[in-house]
Amino acid sequence: MSARLPTGGRLIDRSKPVKFTFNGKAMSGYQGDTLASALMAEGQTLLGRSFKYHRPRGLVTNGHEEPNALLTLGKGKTLDPNARATTTELVEGLEAKSQNHWPSLEFDVGIVNAHLSKFLPAGFYYKTFLHPRPFWKHIYEPFIRNAAGLGPAPNARDADTYEHFNVTVDVLVIGGGIAGLQAARAAAEAGAETLLVEQSAHWGGRAPVDGVEIDGAPAERWVDESVAALQALPNARLRNRTMAAGVYDHGYVLAYERLSDHVPEAEGPRHRLWRIRAKRIVLASGAIERPLSFANNDLPGVLLCAAARDYVADYAAAPGKRTVVVTNNDDAYRTAISLKSAGLGVPAIVDARDEVTGDLIETAREMGIRVALGTGIAKVTGKGRVQGVALCDQNGSGEVTDEIDCDAVAMSGGWSPAVHLWSHTGGKLFWDEALAAFRPDPERAPIGADGSVIMAIVGAANGTFDPSAALLEADSSGKAAAKDLGHTPKRKKAPSASKSEGTPIAAVWNMPLNASDELRAKTWLDFQNDVKVTDVELAAREGFESVEHTKRYTTLGMATDQGKLSNINGLAVLSKELGNSIPETGTTTFRPPYAPISMGAIAGEARGHLFQPIRRSPLHDWHDANGAHWEPVGHWRRPYAFLQGSETVEEAVHREVTNTRNRVGLLDASTLGKILVTGPDAGKFLDMLYTNMMSTLKPGRCRYGLMCTENGFLTDDGVVARIDETTFLCHTTSGGADRIHAHMEEWLQTEWWDWQVYTANLTEQYAQIAVVGPKARAVLEGLGGMDVSAENLPFMAWADGTLGGIEARVFRISFSGELSYEVAVGANEGRAFWDALLKAGAEHGVQPYGTEALHIMRAEKGFIMIGDETDGTVIPQDLALNWAISKKKDDYLGKRAQEREHMTDPYRWRLVGLETLDGSVLPDGAYAVDTETGAYESARDFAPGQKAGVNENGQIAMIGRVTSTYHSPTLGRGIAMGLVENGPERMGDILKFPGTDGKVYEARIVSPVFFDPEGEKQNV
Amino acid sequence: MSETAQSVLNGKTAQGLVRVEEVGLRGMITIRGDLSKSRLKSAASGVAGVDFPGQGEANCVGEKGILWMSPDELMVLCPYADRATAVHQIRTTLEGEHCLVADVSDARAVFLLTGSAGALRDTLAKLTPADVSTKALPPGRFRRTRLAQIPAAFWFRDAEAVEMIVFRSVAGYAFDVLANAAASPVGFFEA
Repeated sequence: MSARLPTGGRLIDRSKPVKFTFNGKAMSGYQGDTLASALMAEGQTLLGRSFKYHRPRGLVTNGHEEPNALLTLGKGKTLDPNARATTTELVEGLEAKSQNHWPSLEFDVGIVNAHLSKFLPAGFYYKTFLHPRPFWKHIYEPFIRNAAGLGPAPNARDADTYEHFNVTVDVLVIGGGIAGLQAARAAAEAGAETLLVEQSAHWGGRAPVDGVEIDGAPAERWVDESVAALQALPNARLRNRTMAAGVYDHGYVLAYERLSDHVPEAEGPRHRLWRIRAKRIVLASGAIERPLSFANNDLPGVLLCAAARDYVADYAAAPGKRTVVVTNNDDAYRTAISLKSAGLGVPAIVDARDEVTGDLIETAREMGIRVALGTGIAKVTGKGRVQGVALCDQNGSGEVTDEIDCDAVAMSGGWSPAVHLWSHTGGKLFWDEALAAFRPDPERAPIGADGSVIMAIVGAANGTFDPSAALLEADSSGKAAAKDLGHTPKRKKAPSASKSEGTPIAAVWNMPLNASDELRAKTWLDFQNDVKVTDVELAAREGFESVEHTKRYTTLGMATDQGKLSNINGLAVLSKELGNSIPETGTTTFRPPYAPISMGAIAGEARGHLFQPIRRSPLHDWHDANGAHWEPVGHWRRPYAFLQGSETVEEAVHREVTNTRNRVGLLDASTLGKILVTGPDAGKFLDMLYTNMMSTLKPGRCRYGLMCTENGFLTDDGVVARIDETTFLCHTTSGGADRIHAHMEEWLQTEWWDWQVYTANLTEQYAQIAVVGPKARAVLEGLGGMDVSAENLPFMAWADGTLGGIEARVFRISFSGELSYEVAVGANEGRAFWDALLKAGAEHGVQPYGTEALHIMRAEKGFIMIGDETDGTVIPQDLALNWAISKKKDDYLGKRAQEREHMTDPYRWRLVGLETLDGSVLPDGAYAVDTETGAYESARDFAPGQKAGVNENGQIAMIGRVTSTYHSPTLGRGIAMGLVENGPERMGDILKFPGTDGKVYEARIVSPVFFDPEGEKQNV
Repeated sequence: MSETAQSVLNGKTAQGLVRVEEVGLRGMITIRGDLSKSRLKSAASGVAGVDFPGQGEANCVGEKGILWMSPDELMVLCPYADRATAVHQIRTTLEGEHCLVADVSDARAVFLLTGSAGALRDTLAKLTPADVSTKALPPGRFRRTRLAQIPAAFWFRDAEAVEMIVFRSVAGYAFDVLANAAASPVGFFEA
């Protein structure tokens, strides 16, 4: 049973107890503890259940790679699922709960899965749930969803805040162990702007616990000195609790800083996502210890060797009273020595190697620890936790040679360099037989934008485990990085560290070597996802040769730890089964993030009212205070309608239409795009952009124009006003302003760079207000200052002047069919002008109207709307806009495309009006269908040999669709526009439109101009 | 003229580690043309009363100044009341030249951020990907970049004052993200 030791613990402060709860049970630790060390000290070895079999799970590691100790922290607004206990610093009042169990951690019905494990082999998702088909939806999926899954998703809004932070540095050093500290120091002392990030709360990495001596003193002292030296340099910056999560192209690195998880009462953001642009990166990310593959290696109480000695040295938390150490390398002997020195029992070191010599081994022997060579663990015994181990000959098949009582097993299968960040951005690896590990290949390092190497990797991350060599490598890489950037490194020698002689690692992928099927079926590779040696072997036998496919089939390495422990062991098993070498099999791809980061950090400040910028017109505040029912239009908010009293939105819309048609309405049209185009070639330029001829427009006049993409499709429309001989003002749709401006610039900058044209997007310079209705002129005359009579300002003319004392540009244009003026004033005077219009219009019954009334009135007139009648596949010819396509011009954007066969097909769907027989409103987007074979003879085959109607699959031929549909308050019935095959030739025909409500609507094809076809109202 | 004009946020302020202030009305004139031409240089300098800026620079004195926007674009700053005269003067000077001169004073909002150099740079770095270190962005250096999700341009007037221009429609968003970013320290940049 694990427990707190009476003395020791270099990171804890015993004078400061910290209370917390685990599954509601009150527990206590010390300041400096992690949640994992405090739980270990409290004797809590069982921390959760595995994903598939619900096997009991305990601590395996002391770091970010922890696969088992995933807990849910907090509740409600601070609920944080899947927190790794090993990286969670203990804070007062912390509430932790275990996950993936029901009804309780100790008694779990899901454990039955374990007895059924032979029915849940590799790929069971793919095999078991195929048949019968309906079972998936109703039985399998609900069951799996219940049984699987880790922590619960929070259902309350996160109480914390988050932020991003962008920095550009010369040298980024990742990892604050001794190699990272030395690299940072070498770079910073040379004068480079240096940032050093360390994922944990402490500097120095493993060296202090592993008893490394640097320059003759304990590593801890050197670490403190180095940190102090870096802090004293103005060009060096250090951040602990900051994990580099991903390395991307061109030296772009994301790092995740945890600011207040360890001080929950602190003000400010909880997490910060650093977006670092580094010119050079030195990676000193250390290495990750591997488990050994022996039977029942997943029982709580089996943990990694380095973790075991960390818990003892750092937190005085003992994983057990009697710990058996099992290894294939020398490093594990440090654990035995450390535990024994702390007064704990180490009944044996089980070493798979046949012969060993070296300093650590001698020390262990001198301490009287039994060393069993050529030996492996046949299996761990115990129910729910370690109670003993059965030993065997490592080269045998698992016959038990000895049994030892113990309550913990510390295992070490060697160390894998943490090459993840090296690989994220293209660094390659090679297999080092001597180290039994993948190492970074310096010949194929990540390169930057200019093709030069931008990342160096040092220390254990590079497979350099000797501290002296690591420091030397770090020193020279730090200096080289600074030198690359034009700095002059100091001629200072790297510090030297203690050396220890020893025996090389022996690769051990199975323990024992020829373990029986029964043992291998209980030998875990991936603890969280329950992937065993036999699962990977089965996948190989079933034909999975690619490591990537095997990963997905078996789910090996797909847990939250992303295979940090299981990857190498798993692919070693796969390679053996395939008869490949490990490098032939290769690794799976390393992808960001290195370890999970919070969703909040990714979102940063973008939540609540900062989620997205909302564009506000100059009149936004007035609208907001006067009943606006908002509608998003691009990033703008526009009033859909202005609600008065208790009326519904629909009632408001109808009132607005009627008031505008009969009296006068005001529309905020400020969001419409306004692009100034000027220069000697401006006319020529606009002739190319628009389908119509713009160069012939007279100054003082306006013309409606269409813009197409180079593929011929209608992309925008609007009124162009000619300001003077060389200057035009182009109006675009509200959503199209930025896009069309960019479109213009692209053509000018890439294709017609020699044309003398400049453009400027003046959209936001003006508040633009449409004054619409029979009384529109009277309202403007009430303001006074300009002659807006029909004679002086005829339809499609514009003029500058002042209205009510405010400088204004008045366009006599109409999108409603009414007498209409659009008045542009400076945005800063928009509100004053609007107020003046309301005042002057009061006696004429002026009312504002919103976008829906605008839409209805334009539909009554048969005017098309970009985005309703067009969807990126519609050409002007489809919309009977041929009148707006100049035939005199040699070319315009889209002209050639519109001559393609498909564009000139006479059977293209074309614009018509649609009128329901009963006056109801057609459903938006409904399709016109031809249900009766042969009732309508199309020239086109809907199916082989079938002209129209229903085919053998029950599919009905579609011959058109509704593009706009409204109730017209003016006409008192439903009106619609649609695109229909041969529509204009079929006036009077009745079409069927099946609705999603099961009803079939019937509508007659009519002219799309429902109201005032002669245009008498707008021409007064 | 313009007694009815009101800037978008009407001089709103927020005090965090940095003081954020919408400065109110400001004259802004876009000039596009061949920046190497001496007529264009003198047109801009004549109105702004400052030297013509180099590439990526801002030359400002009080409310007047010239901002280098792109290889063929400038923005001239002047008091709001002078903008029409300034546009006229520039157009007159450039008579016959191919160029674009437009009053964009109402299309934009201007902010002044004041505080310690470190707090200013920390606040900016939360919102923009641009390198805002003293080395990359000393006073007088002009940056057009992104502020959280919107376009923005800014420059240090001196070590402890940043002037920033954003589009009018998103001035409220800009103010809110700036105030939010200025609420807590990072401690990365030197004070």
